[in-house]
Amino acid sequence: MDFRDSPEEAAFRDRLRAWLTEHADAFPTAGDAYWARQGEWHRALHAAGFFGLSWPAQYGGHDLPPVYDVILDEELARAGAPARPSLGYLVQGLGRHGGEELRSRFLPGMIDGTERWCQGFSEPGAGSDLASLTTTATRDGDTYVVHGHKIWTSYSDVADWCLLLARTDPAAPRHKGISAFIVAMAQPGVEQKPLKMMSGVSREFGQVFLDGATVPADQMVGAPGEGWALAMTVVGHEREPSTLGFTARYGKLVRELVDHTPGDTLPPEVAWAVVETEMLRLHVRRRLSEQLDGVSHGPEGSLDKLLMTWTEQTVGHAALAVGGAGDPDLLHAYLYSRAQSVMGGTSQIQKNIIAARILGLGA
Amino acid sequence: MDVRLTAEQRQLRDAAAGLADDLGPGSVLDLDDAERTGRLEKAVGATGWRALRSDGASGVEVALVVEEFGRRLVDVPLLGPVLADDLAPGISSATVAVDGRARDTRGMRRALSVEGDRVMSAEIGPLVPGTDLTRHAAELRGTPEQIGTLSDEAAVRWRALAVVATSADLLGTARGAHTLARDYARIREQYGRTIGSYQAVAHLLAEALALVEGSVSVLRHAAWAVDELPPAEALRAARIAKLYCARAARTVCETAVQVHGGTGNTWECLAHVHLRRALTSTDLFPVRLEEIDRGLS
Repeated sequence: MDFRDSPEEAAFRDRLRAWLTEHADAFPTAGDAYWARQGEWHRALHAAGFFGLSWPAQYGGHDLPPVYDVILDEELARAGAPARPSLGYLVQGLGRHGGEELRSRFLPGMIDGTERWCQGFSEPGAGSDLASLTTTATRDGDTYVVHGHKIWTSYSDVADWCLLLARTDPAAPRHKGISAFIVAMAQPGVEQKPLKMMSGVSREFGQVFLDGATVPADQMVGAPGEGWALAMTVVGHEREPSTLGFTARYGKLVRELVDHTPGDTLPPEVAWAVVETEMLRLHVRRRLSEQLDGVSHGPEGSLDKLLMTWTEQTVGHAALAVGGAGDPDLLHAYLYSRAQSVMGGTSQIQKNIIAARILGLGA
Repeated sequence: MDVRLTAEQRQLRDAAAGLADDLGPGSVLDLDDAERTGRLEKAVGATGWRALRSDGASGVEVALVVEEFGRRLVDVPLLGPVLADDLAPGISSATVAVDGRARDTRGMRRALSVEGDRVMSAEIGPLVPGTDLTRHAAELRGTPEQIGTLSDEAAVRWRALAVVATSADLLGTARGAHTLARDYARIREQYGRTIGSYQAVAHLLAEALALVEGSVSVLRHAAWAVDELPPAEALRAARIAKLYCARAARTVCETAVQVHGGTGNTWECLAHVHLRRALTSTDLFPVRLEEIDRGLS
């Protein structure tokens, strides 16, 4: 057991740190300013060789062990840089369920940031109960025609592509009649509208209206009816702080809060935020180390999601304690933190999964 | 960077778990079973685990054994003797004293403590009634005598080990309380269904499990740091772990009391034995939130 960097890891950390001294300040880290330049940040990080670390080299990744993502997140936090773009869950969904043709066509652009993606899962009537989704995709020759309404769609305003769930077999049991598609956003049958979050951010997510949008049949990901399995892969990864890279954001904010505080003693809220962010940083190290054993992504991701949520909301409360309601940036961090117990599956859903699948507390 | 336990560490943990499962108290009544504690004492004595540190064991290994003993409320000394052995190896039947009181004393004869740079030793006197039903405190007899000195660095490192060991006990007792409550929620029925099938109960237990997992992660680093980081950094890691583990353990034990309902509030339910042990380990080598300094990892 060793928490220290190996010589290779240390060399990587040094290279990354050197690059960040020149580039960390160049990009905004929060709010609409961040979202406006997120694509640029993604491409810069990738071009410098610091993105997609644990993904296959043949698609533009680096084939490195998962723990390199810890180093990346730690150094981004230390440098005050934006967090890495969170799209590991889409890479996993397409990588695991898509055929080689789709993988080699779409993964490189997804990973290097030249093509932007959004995820069309949730609907106004299908939130926690995702399998009740009603968007339909109907076969018409070599294409499918899509009708429906997607919501809480992150990056819908800049996306070139949408990984979309739609019902292809209305007669099948509800989990079995769903398929996944790669739908082009730039076409007449697709309209997206931004949603303004309570923090004021309006460039992070939106809703997508599909009215006769078409998608070539060979852009179905996996087999007909495999959509639910793909969705479970994606949301499983969407729960993991190691995939999302949010620890960098928390670490950076806690540093700022500590710097904001005069005197030797930290306010209790800030001290707790230090403790929680350190716990989460170490928890990610542990989880990524366990992946070396080939530990698959199961219900434990829901434990990770709860820990991540508590950490973000503890940091949010610390921001509020330091800035009160009057500091716009800190208020933004606080308001934004409230979304963490909803996005990627609510805390209530995570607890249901833990109870049923880990604790054996089924009905 | 690879923070997995080694094969040897997993073996040690499994051995400690097996011993604790076999001979730890299975009920409040068991606490008074002298025949059981006699067998437990003999078994623990035979392992040599009270001298883990002088046998070259790392902080990680100490934490693993202490955690397993906490999990099954092992009621013969381990934590105290391990810390005494780290301070001054080779003194038989020795535990530690803190704030003028010997801790973890069952069957022990001497108590070691640190005063500034001096290592002190005193004879153990009569028992003091205490909160913890599994580890007993006692008065010191006579005036402590100096038996050694400690460099500043060694004193800080020893303190880190002590904070880590009490954190490991907190993690263990929390884990044990959680298992107790989960098992109860799976069999206790109301309205014709097990209470664990209701979200209101299930969610408490889910939250408690997340707290246990967070504790594992933060503690493992602190336990490793005892031997591998400079003393001040090791102590900082230990403090962070203790704050997290102490808060988690109290919440988890309170959850265990709540899930047991009326029974959970009675003397006969083991939930309060876990809670009492957790409160005692929190107060032993305590850490205050104000001690979290501005340095960040």
